[in-house]
Formats: sequence, structure tokens, C-alpha cells
Amino acid sequence: MIKASHRFTLVQRLLHWLMAACIFAMLFIGAGMVSTVAPEYLPLILIHKTLGVTLLGLVLIRLALRLYYGVPSLPDDLPRAVKLGARSSHLLLYGFMIVMPLLGLGMLWTASYPVVLYGGIEIPALLPQSDDAHTLFWNAHVYLGFAFFALVLLHLAAGLFHAWVRRDGVFGTMSLARVRDRTTDGE
Amino acid sequence: MHLLGKLPWSSLGSLVLIAAVVGGGAAAFAYTAGWLSPGRLTPERMIEALTPSGVTPLGHRRNHAKGICFTGTFEANGNGVELSRAKVFLQGRYPALGRFNLGTPNPNAVDATVRVRGLGLQIAADGEVWRMAMINPPFFAVSTPQAFHDLLIASGKKDPDAMKAFIQANPEFGRFSAWAKAAPWTASYAEESYHGLNSFIFTDANGGNHAVRWSLLPAAQPVPISQVDLEKRGPDYLEQEIAERVRTTGPLRWTMVTTVADPGDPTADPSKAWPETRRKIEVGTLIVQRIEPERDGPCRDINFDPTVLPEGIRVSDDPFPAARSSVYRRSYDLRAAEAKDYPRTGAAKP
Repeated sequence: MIKASHRFTLVQRLLHWLMAACIFAMLFIGAGMVSTVAPEYLPLILIHKTLGVTLLGLVLIRLALRLYYGVPSLPDDLPRAVKLGARSSHLLLYGFMIVMPLLGLGMLWTASYPVVLYGGIEIPALLPQSDDAHTLFWNAHVYLGFAFFALVLLHLAAGLFHAWVRRDGVFGTMSLARVRDRTTDGE
Repeated sequence: MHLLGKLPWSSLGSLVLIAAVVGGGAAAFAYTAGWLSPGRLTPERMIEALTPSGVTPLGHRRNHAKGICFTGTFEANGNGVELSRAKVFLQGRYPALGRFNLGTPNPNAVDATVRVRGLGLQIAADGEVWRMAMINPPFFAVSTPQAFHDLLIASGKKDPDAMKAFIQANPEFGRFSAWAKAAPWTASYAEESYHGLNSFIFTDANGGNHAVRWSLLPAAQPVPISQVDLEKRGPDYLEQEIAERVRTTGPLRWTMVTTVADPGDPTADPSKAWPETRRKIEVGTLIVQRIEPERDGPCRDINFDPTVLPEGIRVSDDPFPAARSSVYRRSYDLRAAEAKDYPRTGAAKP
């Protein structure tokens, strides 16, 4: 592991913001598509499946980069409880990013739906049809989806709190542009 | 140091802004999920309209709930290649799985009380799956999914003016009413024609697109029977008859006929049949070889979602396949969750 710097590497930051946009889109598409019978249902579900599988690939790359490059440390003056919250919420975010696409695939497989992505790419079924497994995966996908969205909002709020209120450099570790705050003011 | 430190007034403004961002995000999500739009036609509302009386048949399909499963073969003659590059049209034999059914949400309906009969079908060709769900009227009852919902609501009301108002708002229903009154009944699933009704776009090997509808036309000669006489044969006559027919006379056949639209033909409205003079191409034969148990047979696991399509067939501007897909998905999720209310075991093979 390379010595932790004061910023994430450019590739990590790009990947973060790309995935952030995609995950936000996924959560909205998911909530929207299951609540409509309009023609948009079909393109939305196709995007949801394709983007979901893509995000599963991206999060694995992201975790590998994180292991390789490490993570900038949090400010020393951050209370211990807040540090713990930050660490556990990131753990949860990664958990959601891995589990949600797997649940999505699982619920389709266990309902005997062929999983065909954009461009006709087919994902072979790894699980047989099962009423119980389908119900479990489907419920988990829905309710964890809501929890994921709540956590994304919390993450967003925390990021903005660091950027606008504490101005402690934490937001700058992930931002694409240089942020002027009390850690950079003196530079 | 405290988390907030000494909070200046500008930070208070920032906190308000953060709350607004989070609140706005949550509100946008709630809107997208339909929580702020009680008027939106959701799959839940459509299913509610299908089973209004509170006697939801748990564990069953929410419509076309009564049926009987079969397995067989689709024999493609190769003619369909002209219209679509889907592998299922290459000359050959492909496994088929299907379900004769009645257009009712009641799995215990008396056969002679249900006007519309249907056929769900899945053909698998070299890794490509094609699912469809057809019915015996030659055109659909209404023009839009919303009108179908309104029809279910109006026909479920005791007030006779409700149907009158519905027909006034949806005059295309008159054609369907006339069909329902005049078309002869038969005493066999084997004697019915099953029509896809929805328009799909077939894409050939050169990338050419063709708007197409298809039908399955029976080899068996239809023998008309009065509704009264059919009722005398018993509440479950149709499934008994088809099992008996396959057992005694062997496999049953239907010719799959595709009809190609002329430019300007209505593709978005399945209540409007295309003129009889349109070009028709016979693309193959469905052969029903074996009647399978309904309760624990191979159809139970299948949602005959008409948007499960092979490469070379896609939906057109017809709004129904998307609506059906959305509602069928919900129906599948519900019945899977209710599987214990309709146990698989205990059914005798027919």
C-alpha cells in the first residue's frame, strides 16, 4: 500500500463521481419503473439491469484501487464517534454496492427470467427458479434499496457538511476541483 | 474540538442549504416512486382492478388464473427468416412450453362463464427465449392500458350507467362487445385461434424492419356449441377435454401465421384489426405433445411476459406489451410470495 496522501488519486475520484451519478440514477430508475405501466417501463428496466451489472464490475475495480492506494486520513479534530460513523457508513455503502446488483440478478434468476442486457448480452442463470428465494431477494432488493438511498443522502449531507460547515479538507479529498478551505488557505 | 466548533451565521445558512438538498432529494425520490401521485396507473392499481371483490386467489396468476399446461415443439419452416433474424425462425424444431387458459382472475371459474380464452407460450431457440400470451378474440377490447383499467372498474360496478359511460368514452369497445355476442363458442381449447394482437417490430438479417402481428390457427375444425350446452359438460370441461384429446388422438397442431403491416396501418392500437388483405406468412407449426399438470408443472414457474423477446423482435409503439410486462411482473412476485397458499404438492397428473 502506498502511503496515504491528502487526496484520493484522480482515477479514484473520477470513479467515485461516475458511480455516484450512476447509483443515483439507479435508485430513481428502480423506484420509478416499478410504479408505472407506461411504455417507459421497458427502457427503464433495460437500463436498470445493464447499469446494475456495470456497477457491480466498477465497485470491484474501486475496491481494488482503494486497497492499492489507500485512503486519506480523517482530520485529527474529528470526534471519535463521528470517525466511527464515517468508517461504518462507508463499509455499508460498499456493502450495498456489492449486494444490490447480486440481489437483482438473483431475483431475476429465481423467477426464470432470462437476464438480457443492452446490446443483447445475456447473463447465464446461476440459480434455479425458487418461489422462496425470489421472494426473499425481491424484498431485500426493494427494502435495501430504500436504505441505500437514505444512506446516500446521509453521505451527501456529511460531504456537504465537511465542505460548507467544517471546511476541514475532507470534501477536498474526493472533489474533482481544488477546494479552498481552512486546510488549503495557508498554502 | 466539538464537531460543529463555534458556529458562525454563514454556517447556519450552509446547514439550511444541506437540509434543502437532502429534503429535495427525498422529495424527488418520493415523486418518482409515485407516492405523491395517487392518480398514476401503477401495476398495483391494475391488479386491484382485476380482483376487486376482496377474494384474491392467493398464489395464483392475477389474471388468466385458470389454465392447463402443456409441452411440445415449435417447428419452424424457415419462411420467417425473411422478416426476422431471430433464431426461432431458422428451419428447425425448438422446445415449446405453454398454457391454455381462461381470461379470468378466478382459478375456479366455470369454463362456460368465461368468454375469452388464451394461450401463453414460450419457445426456446438456441439460447434465445421468446414468450408470448395470446387470446382468441381477433382484436383487443380497448385501445389503451388506461382504458383496460377503466373497463375493469366499470364492469365491476353494480351501477348500469358505469358501463354506459365507459362505452361512451371508449367506443372501440363496441366492436369487442359485438364479437363477444356473435362469435361461436367451442368446447375445446384445440379448436380456438389464438391471436397475439399486439404489434411488434421484426428485424431481418439486413436490418430491415417490419411491423408484425401473429396468430396461431388450429388444425382442428371448430365445432360450435351453445354456451348453455358447454355449461352442461361441467365446470372444468376444457382442461379435461384437452388432456383426453391429446391422449387419444395424439399431438395437436397450430399454424403460426404472421401478418405484415402496410405503411400507415395502426400499430399502436390492438383494438384495430388490420385489413384481411395484408400479407401473411406462415412461419411454422406449434405441436402440443403432452398435457402437463397445472399445479406443479413446468408452466407454474413461468411468467408469460410478452416482452421476453429474442434478438430480431422488439416492441413497437403499441403501449400494451410494456403495461402487460409491468403488471405480469407484479403478479408473479405476488404469487411467488403466496406459494404456501397454493401448494405444489398433492396434485394428480391428468
